[in-house]
Amino acid sequence: MLDTKPITVDNVVEMRHICKSFGTVQALSDVHFALRRGEILSLLGENGSGKTTLMNILSGIYFPDAGEIYVNGNHVTIRQPKDAFDLKIGMVHQHFKLVDVFSAAENIVLGLPGGRTINRRALARHVREIADQYGFEIDPDKKVYDMSVSEKQTVEIIKTLYRGADILILDEPTAVLTPQETDKLFDIMRAMKKDNKSIILITHKLNEVLAVSDRVTVLRKGEYIDTVLTKDATIQSLTDMMVGRSVSLEIDCPEPQNIEPILKVQSLTVLNQDGAKALDDVTFGVNGGEILGIAGISGSGQRELCEAIAGLYPVTGGSILYRNVVDGHEVDENVVGLNPNDIVKKGIALAFVPEDRLGMGLVPSLNMVDNIMLKHYRKKKGFFVDRKTSRQIAERLVEELQIVTPDVFTPIRKLSGGNVQKVLVGREIDTHPRLLMVAYPVRGLDINSSYTIYNLLNEQKEKGVAVIFIGEDLDVLMEISDRLLVLSGGRVTGIVDPRCTSKQDIGLLMLGQSIDNEKGADAV
Amino acid sequence: MTDQKINNVNVQEQPKTPCPPAQDIHHQLKEPLVRMTKRGVVTTRQKVIVYVAGFILALVVGALMLLAIGKNPFFAYRDMVVGSFGTAIASAETIRIAVPLLIASVAVGFAFKMKFWNIGAEGQILAGAIFSSYIVIHSINNNNYIGRLPLHLIMVILAMVGGALFGFLPAYFKTKWETNETLFTLMLNYVAIHYVAYLQSLRSWQHPDSTYPKIVDFATFTNGKVALPRLFGVHIGWIFAIIIAVIAYFYLTKTKHGYEISVVGDSLNTARYAGMNTRWIQIRTLLISGALCGFAGYLQVAGANHTLTATTAGGVGFTAITVAWLAKLNPFVMIPIAIFIAMLQKGSLFIQSTMRIPAAAADLLTGLILFFMLGSEFFIEYKLVFRSKHHAPHIEQKEVSA
Repeated sequence: MLDTKPITVDNVVEMRHICKSFGTVQALSDVHFALRRGEILSLLGENGSGKTTLMNILSGIYFPDAGEIYVNGNHVTIRQPKDAFDLKIGMVHQHFKLVDVFSAAENIVLGLPGGRTINRRALARHVREIADQYGFEIDPDKKVYDMSVSEKQTVEIIKTLYRGADILILDEPTAVLTPQETDKLFDIMRAMKKDNKSIILITHKLNEVLAVSDRVTVLRKGEYIDTVLTKDATIQSLTDMMVGRSVSLEIDCPEPQNIEPILKVQSLTVLNQDGAKALDDVTFGVNGGEILGIAGISGSGQRELCEAIAGLYPVTGGSILYRNVVDGHEVDENVVGLNPNDIVKKGIALAFVPEDRLGMGLVPSLNMVDNIMLKHYRKKKGFFVDRKTSRQIAERLVEELQIVTPDVFTPIRKLSGGNVQKVLVGREIDTHPRLLMVAYPVRGLDINSSYTIYNLLNEQKEKGVAVIFIGEDLDVLMEISDRLLVLSGGRVTGIVDPRCTSKQDIGLLMLGQSIDNEKGADAV
Repeated sequence: MTDQKINNVNVQEQPKTPCPPAQDIHHQLKEPLVRMTKRGVVTTRQKVIVYVAGFILALVVGALMLLAIGKNPFFAYRDMVVGSFGTAIASAETIRIAVPLLIASVAVGFAFKMKFWNIGAEGQILAGAIFSSYIVIHSINNNNYIGRLPLHLIMVILAMVGGALFGFLPAYFKTKWETNETLFTLMLNYVAIHYVAYLQSLRSWQHPDSTYPKIVDFATFTNGKVALPRLFGVHIGWIFAIIIAVIAYFYLTKTKHGYEISVVGDSLNTARYAGMNTRWIQIRTLLISGALCGFAGYLQVAGANHTLTATTAGGVGFTAITVAWLAKLNPFVMIPIAIFIAMLQKGSLFIQSTMRIPAAAADLLTGLILFFMLGSEFFIEYKLVFRSKHHAPHIEQKEVSA
């Protein structure tokens, strides 16, 4: 057993028999973990496998129910983040913890002991030294609100280095980066490794694991599975460990059939709250029977686009034309200026799965029946609601989509993320839409639930529904989409055929650059 | 398969003790003494146990306070029960207190369910009372020309219009300019109270033979037209109160309006997403909430006091907030809770005379009970885990920093 094995100084961190539960959910059971000095270790697992929980224990955010932690061979107790700092452990969280109105340098020293004043010049020099050492690009005086996501991440990493961290935990650092930015981050990680720092990379992206790490530790459903050397691993072997059985990695992508235009967006411009253009002259069309993927760095206007089409965001200019059938004639109806209820009244069958499911789209404290009622409670005449119909729909969806819930009267906030999403997607599809808009539909879902969603979308496409799929995982987007629209800073930088465009080129489009034509032609 | 691979990491060196025994006790860092963990599924039985325990604890703490001022808590509690339900007259008086309390609780419950923090029930009750008093004064000053039934009908309508107006204002401004409804409704309370003071100073509202700033007794001056009939010793307002609570329950749980209130309260964005007119839903609900309070104001004027004073609402609007939360916004549950709070108030008046305990004891006990009930919520969500001796790990700080 592991207990009797030595604690070696080579292992800078060792965690043994770690258990942690939240209510009835066993997040970690008897998990082992070891990190060597000067290595990059990938902590791999699906969403909900306990990766972040395990690292939150190491960085002092959670306290384990049981288990032991050794740092540099010493048995330690980490009760709070400060204890972790003292042990030179630093974590960069997925959601950045920065003060918007402070500069990079101010954020870096925030919370550190010191005198009443900050010697800004010395501080800036120190920050630059760290940046130069590892190859970061940073302007210490830039305010956080002016920064891109990747710059904010740089600040977070330098913050931990400034505090003297030798053990760095990066929680899904590439989720918000373009392929180019990701490569840069990996170079920095390699430079830090050369400096004898130990790095833990939490991720569920297999190609990143293979690209950058020395070893991989795999967790599945809160249990420790295995640790292997990266050079001995393949995508398939890692997937099998992660999922527990062989999964086909192919997403079905049937050829579009019976194409007819359903939606035309012309020169759409919307302003955000600050009056800046969130969408700038956006023009595209979607046909029935196809999936239009929308790629882009998060915050490039995806949310505004969806909400504008759904009648939830004020439009400054342009038009949104739905192909609608009125009295047997096909007409293009402009829905700009209409609210969601007006759109329904026009007989337009639009379904929308927003990105923030529990904040928009569902009512967390109501049960499944009441949540399903949201879309059709108005249809019944009279003063009272009709729960019978939605109860039938709810029970059918539970069966068809294998939603795990004690019963249909449990508040949906008690369900897991995947099941919440199945309720939402199931309800939207049940309205028999002609246009289905889904924003980040598999965010936070395990692989099996994700594939359930992909299959549902493909089913809709085959039924002739026009599907708009906004995603963040480029691999998935390129596989499932028939056409791929790339947004950058609110502008359409390209609409490409994902089957004959390289990932690098799409990355360039995401950054707002155009693909040079010759290269594009070569790809075709 | 799990252990072998990870073991090849560690085999190189001579075994050390896996748990180095702590030698320097002063530098031990221990697991926290108490920490919270979330409970999983909580059964109804567990909830009831926690609530009952909370209630008993509140009574115990209240007893300690009574002991501290040298009174016997058992006698005090016994006398409170006797004083509130010991005789038919006492019971009638208790119910009389409970009537406006129940209606106001239902009213604020509507708004709270929508997460609209209406703490202006006091003002809305007074607004109802003021509006309905206008027609009474008008009738008195014109030889009582309005008949009994029409007078009451007009009073009810005016009272509800007045209360609804006081509910509408904060809702309109909140939905239009995002004003803070808590401050808005609170301030309107004072508007209503001071408006009553103004009316008291009006010659036409005073007793013809007096210049004392007091509004006339409506019952005497309308030859009893204003006074509501009694049933079982209490004015018939109690029947209305129960009917209102029952209808409110069905309104909230079975109707489209009630459904919209739940959705708007939980997620405004989801309501917009579903195409609801969130602005109208908020205004509509506050119109109802205010109108109900206005109706309670009418009952105070016509049933309980037969006049209008600055204390016509008498803090009912604020106590109603406590009742609504103790009942978890369920109108049915509000019925027993309103009666219980009324019992505390009536009982404490009784022990004031029999045991010379200040009547504020009722407020103290109400506060304690609310405090412990809200505390119970915490123990339903979480449980405390105390440091166990079995796996308390430790650390030597010196070694760490070395």
